[in-house]
Amino acid sequence: MAEKVFTRNFDRPNSHTLAVYRETGGYTALPKALAMEPAAITEEVKKSNLRGLGGAAFPTGMKWSFIPKGSTDPKYLVINADEGEPGTFKDRYLLERDPHALIEGMIIAARAIDSHRGFVYIRGEYVQPWRVFSGAVKEAYEAGLLGQNIQGSGFDFDIVVHRGAGAYICGEETGLLSSLEGKKGWPKIKPPFPAVKGAFGHPTIVNNVETIAAVPHIINRGAAWFAGLGTKTQGGTRLYSVSGHVVKPGVVEAPVSVTLRSLIYDHCGGIRPGHRLKAVVPGGGSAPILTADEIDVTMDADGLKAAGTMIGSAGVIVMDETVSIPEALMVLARFYAHESCGQCTPCRESTGWIYKMSERIVEGKGRKEDLDTIVDVSKRGAGTTICAFYDGAVGPYVSYIEKFREEFEALIPRDNEPTCPS
Amino acid sequence: MADARRPEFNSDQLAEVRRLQGLYPDKRGALLPVLRLAQETFGYVSLEVEEYVAGLFDLSAAHVHEVVTFYTLFFQQPPGRHVVSVCHNLSCHLMGSKAIVQHLSQRLGVAVGETTADGRVTLLTVECLCACEQAPMMQVDDRYEGLLTPEKVDHILEGLR
Repeated sequence: MAEKVFTRNFDRPNSHTLAVYRETGGYTALPKALAMEPAAITEEVKKSNLRGLGGAAFPTGMKWSFIPKGSTDPKYLVINADEGEPGTFKDRYLLERDPHALIEGMIIAARAIDSHRGFVYIRGEYVQPWRVFSGAVKEAYEAGLLGQNIQGSGFDFDIVVHRGAGAYICGEETGLLSSLEGKKGWPKIKPPFPAVKGAFGHPTIVNNVETIAAVPHIINRGAAWFAGLGTKTQGGTRLYSVSGHVVKPGVVEAPVSVTLRSLIYDHCGGIRPGHRLKAVVPGGGSAPILTADEIDVTMDADGLKAAGTMIGSAGVIVMDETVSIPEALMVLARFYAHESCGQCTPCRESTGWIYKMSERIVEGKGRKEDLDTIVDVSKRGAGTTICAFYDGAVGPYVSYIEKFREEFEALIPRDNEPTCPS
Repeated sequence: MADARRPEFNSDQLAEVRRLQGLYPDKRGALLPVLRLAQETFGYVSLEVEEYVAGLFDLSAAHVHEVVTFYTLFFQQPPGRHVVSVCHNLSCHLMGSKAIVQHLSQRLGVAVGETTADGRVTLLTVECLCACEQAPMMQVDDRYEGLLTPEKVDHILEGLR
């Protein structure tokens, strides 16, 4: 049985309260961190090989080190709790079942980057997670864990809980910052990176909920311990959100080196009875799809990259043989068309047109050149936009067609059959 | 419910607006929270509400309008007393969300995007609400309802007055 780090409190009654969090060692990392030099905290996180658990898998300690040294500008710590990647739900569990781990991690991270104000951007639809997390923040203030002169250390830190209003793009870190600033959630051109010029024009670190929830454990038990749970290039366990046609869908904690096969068959009870595996999306809707023959891969960022896909947010969507891949692609294409923010032409136009084409294919009105057109337009547009949204859409567009082309072709009327005018 | 055509916050709400504006380095950061407060107060974000809120932020109404229209949770028309939003993204699709939407549409006698004639329920489809372990699922006002079946949907609808 693998070690439980993130989920160790999940099944304890009232795990969202300060009292229960303290029972399992909560807030014991904080005094240690407050006694450390800020640079030593960052160094410890670097050595732990913690990588961002929101999607990009960027090394967390390195990100923190990008805050300009000696800058007297106010600095902000922003938590991305705008969970929205299709197939992902682990941050909801953390907010509801272990909110103090996030708060403690935030105070430690803030100390490391010399920030005195943190914002937690929670997606607007998350009403219950917002309620629970806000209650935890209130409790932390009442216990002197937030506010001025925390535990007599002379360190001040405040948390502002900010609610989104419904837009997937605000999970992109610069789109999130635009939204936090009271604007529509348009991503910003990088550089400058947020660490140099972020929220309200000031140096800002944006980290995912789960990433920051790992920090107290790293401070408490040491970088070597955390690094040792994972691979050479990525430390720790992490939370996998598993959904679709498995016997036991849910949040699973496992080392980053777990295989996709083990996640499905050992942790989630395998495929529902009487059915067999057809395909898996390993890292949220934007991850290229894997076939049933491709699941002997490790789930660390580099392992999945080598397999031509990505870990992303670790949302694992399992499909059995009843699934129509063209329909699944249409569902995702509809999502990307709806959520494109409209700022960059390749994304705005391609997502709309590809949705229309995927829809007509499913309706039996596709044209024989449609598949090549989708792949061609996808590949040309990748890398040409301000943010990674469109690159994320290209993952499914191309991989679904390339790996299940015959299934798409079977839906497209042949040359000698007239197509209905649409 | 206060009048969305002639919106005005009371003194407590204005104090809350000022408190929210003070939480951000630039008061504009409070625009989304204040728009949420406005929607809760006036029922929806009318053009008049946009103009009123713009005045509280020293912004043009156009700037507020582009924010309101960008996000899905701001209603520009009065919604029903209850809003039912069915997830139709991938995991819910795999677990039968299409049949749930059809069932709701039939039971309520409205198409997606419409409100029942008695103003009771607005039916929407939405993108991933991130509760895929409970697929198919939907949001009913503030709460999530998952592992939906037609029978469970009927039961939930009965509770909406």
